[in-house]
Amino acid sequence: MSDAKIKKFRVGVASCGVAAGADAVLELLSARATVPVEGTGCLGHCYAEPLVEAVLEDGKSVFYGNVKADEKSIENILNLGEEGRFEVPALRKAIEKVKVLALAGRINPTDFDDYVAHGGYAGLRKALTMRPEEVVNEVKISGLRGRGGGGFPTGNKWSFLAAKQADEKIVICNADEGDPGAFMDRSLMESAPHQVLEGMLIAAHATGATKLFIYCRAEYPMAIKHLKIAIDQIYEHKLNHVDGRELEIIVKEGAGAFVCGEETALIASLEGGRGTPRFRPPFPTDKGWKGYPTMINNVETFGNVPLILNEGGAKFAEVGTEGSKGTKLFALAGDLKYPGLVEVPMGTTIAQIVFDIGGADRDSVKAVQTGGPSGGCIPAELFDTPVDYDSLKKLGAIMGSGGMIVIGRNRCMVETARYFLSFTHRESCGKCTFCRVGTTRMFEILERITAGKGTEEDLALLEELGPKVRAGSLCGLGQTAPNPVLATLRYYRHEYEAHVKDHCCEALECKALVDLFLDQSKCVKCKLCIKSCPVGAISDNFVIDNAKCTRCNSCAAVCPKHAIRRVKKGSN
Amino acid sequence: MDQKYSFLEKIGREPSNLIKGLQAIQGAEGYVSDESITAVAEYFGIPEVEVEGVLSFYAQFKRVKPGRFKIAVCDGTACHIKGSVQIQEWISSALGIKSGETDKNGTFSLETVACLGCCSLAPVMSINGRVYGKLDRKNTIKILKEYEAK
Repeated sequence: MSDAKIKKFRVGVASCGVAAGADAVLELLSARATVPVEGTGCLGHCYAEPLVEAVLEDGKSVFYGNVKADEKSIENILNLGEEGRFEVPALRKAIEKVKVLALAGRINPTDFDDYVAHGGYAGLRKALTMRPEEVVNEVKISGLRGRGGGGFPTGNKWSFLAAKQADEKIVICNADEGDPGAFMDRSLMESAPHQVLEGMLIAAHATGATKLFIYCRAEYPMAIKHLKIAIDQIYEHKLNHVDGRELEIIVKEGAGAFVCGEETALIASLEGGRGTPRFRPPFPTDKGWKGYPTMINNVETFGNVPLILNEGGAKFAEVGTEGSKGTKLFALAGDLKYPGLVEVPMGTTIAQIVFDIGGADRDSVKAVQTGGPSGGCIPAELFDTPVDYDSLKKLGAIMGSGGMIVIGRNRCMVETARYFLSFTHRESCGKCTFCRVGTTRMFEILERITAGKGTEEDLALLEELGPKVRAGSLCGLGQTAPNPVLATLRYYRHEYEAHVKDHCCEALECKALVDLFLDQSKCVKCKLCIKSCPVGAISDNFVIDNAKCTRCNSCAAVCPKHAIRRVKKGSN
Repeated sequence: MDQKYSFLEKIGREPSNLIKGLQAIQGAEGYVSDESITAVAEYFGIPEVEVEGVLSFYAQFKRVKPGRFKIAVCDGTACHIKGSVQIQEWISSALGIKSGETDKNGTFSLETVACLGCCSLAPVMSINGRVYGKLDRKNTIKILKEYEAK
């Protein structure tokens, strides 16, 4: 390799890369390198961040993973050393089909020319040579369904708006990625903002829209920054001049309300008010933002649109299953070896994603949670299920926006359900009684059970409340909030029963049901535990007073010999 | 209107920009004070109670002055699974403040947030917007000490 010449370097500096220290690597590499050093987006291999790519003169690339911002590591990269080289794991390479994310991490996200040089805006150019109804038809042929979780056919939605006659027609990109554990949209907006905007401009041509909004979470400052730069570039190149209309493209920052991911709530928030949902009908395509016909699609949905135009709807539909076409992005996190952002064809099995791509240990995985707090868990025994909208629904889970959290055997499923309800009951906007009060009661019951004070009647009550909350709520938040509880009750009832009957948390996670135990035979009397204990619960002769102990685990975390562990309450 | 809030002029006066206006206030002052509510209500021509209504709806808005360093511990799903509750407890016991509080010297304030979107580095926290990942007890305490010395 020593004769190969380096053309330039790329450093992944999306939010997750920066969190891993990529900005320091970029700075040091820029100072030392004699060739250009570019910041780029996310390659999806978060476990290997910071990632540096050396692009060679012959077009090949060498990657370096987990790069440290020190002289030695940088020197190694400048010399194309063998140390620390990164390659995409072969299993992942075999399963993954990178289409939507093809440009993520390959281009400078805020460089307009770079995007165009990689085929950007070819889809829009092609769309503009077609009649609007032809574009809508192409999207229908592609079989694309909404990637925000609902799975509504995108082409149909477009045709509803296209059919409307109005002074103003609004297209909104829903970038309020609120599911904790999901970061697909963030990554796409940070890494290829023009791709999302191109999809929106194509939609504007197809539907006759006059105004475009992007409603983005305020927690995503880099995504907002990149979108704003990209919009300025669009104005500069007059790409917002569509069919004689001069389109306004506006980025609005959300203010931290999960319910605003729901269409009608999002519109209320865009109008400047409290983001509460309302009855449908009228549907937003009839009466939306300030009363104008309005259509809302998710970031990833728009990200797919340029591909459909480029390769044609029929070609797009070759990938995927009967009812779910194309690829899907998943944000893979939790108890596994290779967390990151993956793109797989619809119909890939959960096992392939979790074990083959994620590198999770087959024996240590208990379940996977899809669709965040609105979704359900799928136990490891059912991992042969293909991921598509309809198969997941059958299991009581949902596709959701694409968050996939792997839950290990050492996690308590009752606590997991309690966690999700703590989120949804807090995020309930309060409009519907069943959602406001029902989720609160469900949360209280789960608090009781995890505190060891639950009874068998509590389980019956959860099963009674769940369907009622589902039926009595206006929007997706309330309708799906009981899912994590009902799904865990369905597959892990024995864990609930162990909590209420035997006051036992098998996973040793529920604080009220465990003690801390110091194994004297392993102890080296280093006193680190005594020093770390915030409540002075460990005596000078290394005995833990469980009456004082708050189970904060500080001592177990500092113990060099792992002599301190959790045990069932009252067992030592 | 108080000269202090003249930067609102850059934002259009239509009420649909109310959230944007409040974000500008919080961006400038770190929180939304009673005084600024009066200014915002006057600027957009809407009753103060409506401004309060919008403020209280959104988790982003703070009504008390935060510390110099704003710690946000992520309690998103991935972080929760990876022990964010303990991270939060360790920080609380190190600084003597609970979530939603600011310490006596006005150095640190602590809050729990839903998701920072860096799930693959879980558990994470951010301090003044900068994200720190793969936290354990040792590096969490170390990061706090570094900020304390600033």
